[in-house]
Amino acid sequence: MTRALTLLRRRLVGSIFVLLIVVIGSFLLLEAAPGDAVDAYIVATGGDPGMIELLRHRWGLDQSELTRLANYLWALLHLDLGQSVAFSRPIREIILERLPTTLILMGSATALSFGLGSALGIYAGARPGSFRDRSLSIGSLALYAVPGFWLGLVLIVVFAVDLRWLPIGGIETIASAKTGLARAADIATHLVLPVSALGFIYLALYLRIMRAGMAEAWRQDFVLAARARGLRRRRIVLAHVARNALLPLVTMLGLQSAQMLGGSVVIESVFAVPGLGRLAQEAVAGRDTPLLLGIILVSAVLVIVINLLVDLAYAFLDPRVGASEAGA
Amino acid sequence: MSEFTISRRGLLSGSALLLASTALPTIGRAQTPKKGGRLIVAADSEPRDLNPAIVASNGVFFISSKIVETLAEASFDGKDGLDPRLALSWEGAADGLSVTFKLRDGVKWHDGKPFTAADVAFSALQIWKPLQNLGRTVFKDLSTVDTPDDLTAIFKFAKPTPFQLIRNALPALSSVVPKHVYENGKIEDNPANNAPVGTGPFKFAEYKAGQYYRLARNDDYWSKDEPYLDEIVYQVLPDRTSAAAALEAEEIQLAAFSAVPLADLDRISKVPGLKVVTKGYEGLTYQLVVEINHRRKELADLKVRQAIAHAIDKDFVVKTIFLGYAATATGPVPKNDPQFYTADVPAYPFDVAKANELLDEAGYKRADDGKRFSLRLLPAPYFNETKQFGDYLRQALAAIGIDAKIVNNDSAAHIKAVYTDHAFDLAVGPPVFRGDPAISTTILVQSGIPDGVPFSNQGGYKNAELDALIAKASETLDTAARTELYREFQKKVAADLPLINVAEWSFISVARDTVGNIANNPRWAVSNWADTYLES
Repeated sequence: MTRALTLLRRRLVGSIFVLLIVVIGSFLLLEAAPGDAVDAYIVATGGDPGMIELLRHRWGLDQSELTRLANYLWALLHLDLGQSVAFSRPIREIILERLPTTLILMGSATALSFGLGSALGIYAGARPGSFRDRSLSIGSLALYAVPGFWLGLVLIVVFAVDLRWLPIGGIETIASAKTGLARAADIATHLVLPVSALGFIYLALYLRIMRAGMAEAWRQDFVLAARARGLRRRRIVLAHVARNALLPLVTMLGLQSAQMLGGSVVIESVFAVPGLGRLAQEAVAGRDTPLLLGIILVSAVLVIVINLLVDLAYAFLDPRVGASEAGA
Repeated sequence: MSEFTISRRGLLSGSALLLASTALPTIGRAQTPKKGGRLIVAADSEPRDLNPAIVASNGVFFISSKIVETLAEASFDGKDGLDPRLALSWEGAADGLSVTFKLRDGVKWHDGKPFTAADVAFSALQIWKPLQNLGRTVFKDLSTVDTPDDLTAIFKFAKPTPFQLIRNALPALSSVVPKHVYENGKIEDNPANNAPVGTGPFKFAEYKAGQYYRLARNDDYWSKDEPYLDEIVYQVLPDRTSAAAALEAEEIQLAAFSAVPLADLDRISKVPGLKVVTKGYEGLTYQLVVEINHRRKELADLKVRQAIAHAIDKDFVVKTIFLGYAATATGPVPKNDPQFYTADVPAYPFDVAKANELLDEAGYKRADDGKRFSLRLLPAPYFNETKQFGDYLRQALAAIGIDAKIVNNDSAAHIKAVYTDHAFDLAVGPPVFRGDPAISTTILVQSGIPDGVPFSNQGGYKNAELDALIAKASETLDTAARTELYREFQKKVAADLPLINVAEWSFISVARDTVGNIANNPRWAVSNWADTYLES
């Protein structure tokens, strides 16, 4: 267990610097974009110079960039994410409201792509070069090449508009006052399409990595040894070949988590899912710097935590990892 | 939906106007309204604030006009194009220094307290005049509001203010909020701004960020038997393609404000059970305008501006970009305005040869590569149509040897580039006509406006004669004389081309056939929907 603890400690120290760079970098990037929150706001309202000045003052935009950055960092030090300009509500509240939705969406999509992808990968990799291997590889590549929003729209047209099996969007039936199990079932129904749209695209990656790893593993001596011992083929495939091919898949899982967040921006808009991705898009359009920073910060923490978990899983799956650090 | 307007506009003028509707027959169908039911409507955005007294914009009205009422609403056949709401009558003094409103009796706020003239006085003096985006201009000379009794409010102005202007401003600028809710604490920070309390047919019930707004029937509404609906739910659908899909899947019953893109209308209109409605937005007309930066020496030359006007094929723009759901423009007041519009202005028919001639005369000969000069063109990103017109304009200009480079921005960046930084030569803008040139239109032409004011003359145009005309019209009390001055204004603008008006358009609703009484006033989407109903 000390191995894991050392890893954890090192990662935490490193993470703080990563977060600081992420926050300052995003702040500067957003400041460099032309127009501020007031410019974005008056698109819808118009207004005279007095009103515009008043708004800039009330929203703190008449202060210099440096002052605002310093204020933001100072508040952050007190774990205060500040107030959203576009929503005029505390950012912590807004993010907490949206975070569970995105987590469910991402989690289910990841589970789908990882689970189905690796299962199909094992199926394909059990007999590399066979017909089923070829057809699965080509099919998954085709899916990977499809843009997420398009896949989403096609799913909507087929399953929500034509067949009417599933709802078109949202996270639950609006204003339905459902509770408990009924509500959970309702949310699950609403998640089928967005999760499929998001998950199917990344499925190909897992499938191909699994398959490639297995094709590689088949040529290893231990497989020959296992065969020589007369193990059943099924056991060789699962316990020897597939297990060895699993490691790069776990690495991919960590990397994918960041990409999933990016993909959710599009999917959440198409399916009107009230999650963080859509919020991020609104924050950029509204030049809501503090809100966007809050979202980026939470996303960064999320990615760091997932990667940490991945590393821990790695250490568990592969005894060689971290062994040299144990004494450090 | 950006921007809004406050106009009432009568029925369409006879000209070959937009609205060659495919669905008009279904609207007029006589039906006894049914009670009950939940109307689910698509909403494309979630406004920051739901207080229409502070933010007079379509995005806010779309939801809160059902909760908070104005003194009067626009009407197709009412006197002066108005129907009474919280005010029963309005009368302006001959000297332009006061307007008297008689208020409706027996009206209650949603919290049960009675509505009185004190609420009107409070809203006007504490909110419309100092805080409201438009009220700050229209009510700038409002000094006091006298309330001799609970049902009379007399607006007193420090300087003569045309009654016609106040009247035209009523539907959008006069949202009345309760004094007892707002009188303590800072008005901008009042929680009621996000959960409005009003006198309207519906009460604010619930808001789930990113998902929906729910309004519930006000059982104590002053108009007996109304409203018909039990609930209105606004489902937030940020993606433009999803509104059409949601209508087809019967998850929503109405998509207003052109939430269904023009290109989809043809297909949608053939879906059984759905109707495309082009009426009900006559008071919300947008103008497609080429904004010109007169600081560029080529564009400061009238001949060049005339050449550009001749190079634009307005009919093509209406047919191809707006798919017929628009009208060509002649000048700064739209054709469908019943009070001010005049067709008697200089016209610029599509004529490429003449445009080339004018440019040659102006001394901008074609170089060896066929180009005369190049410029930056910034299409506003708020509407598909403004972006598409930007692409068209680039080609139209290429035909007369002007090389336009398109600069694309998002909304905030566009506002900054055009109205604060003046980093444009030509821009495509969609200003709104707000029913009275003094509110919306003269600002596009008038000089001396500080930098940074959106939807105003930021092109450095200066014309003393026009400035004087605008100033005179703003103090002219007599309605006929004032109207005449604005006709003069249209002629001068069309002659000198501080900007080029290309087309006028409005929004389109798509609804299920079961939704009744829609589009029955010129600002229907932003009116109170007390008489809207659902057939089973």
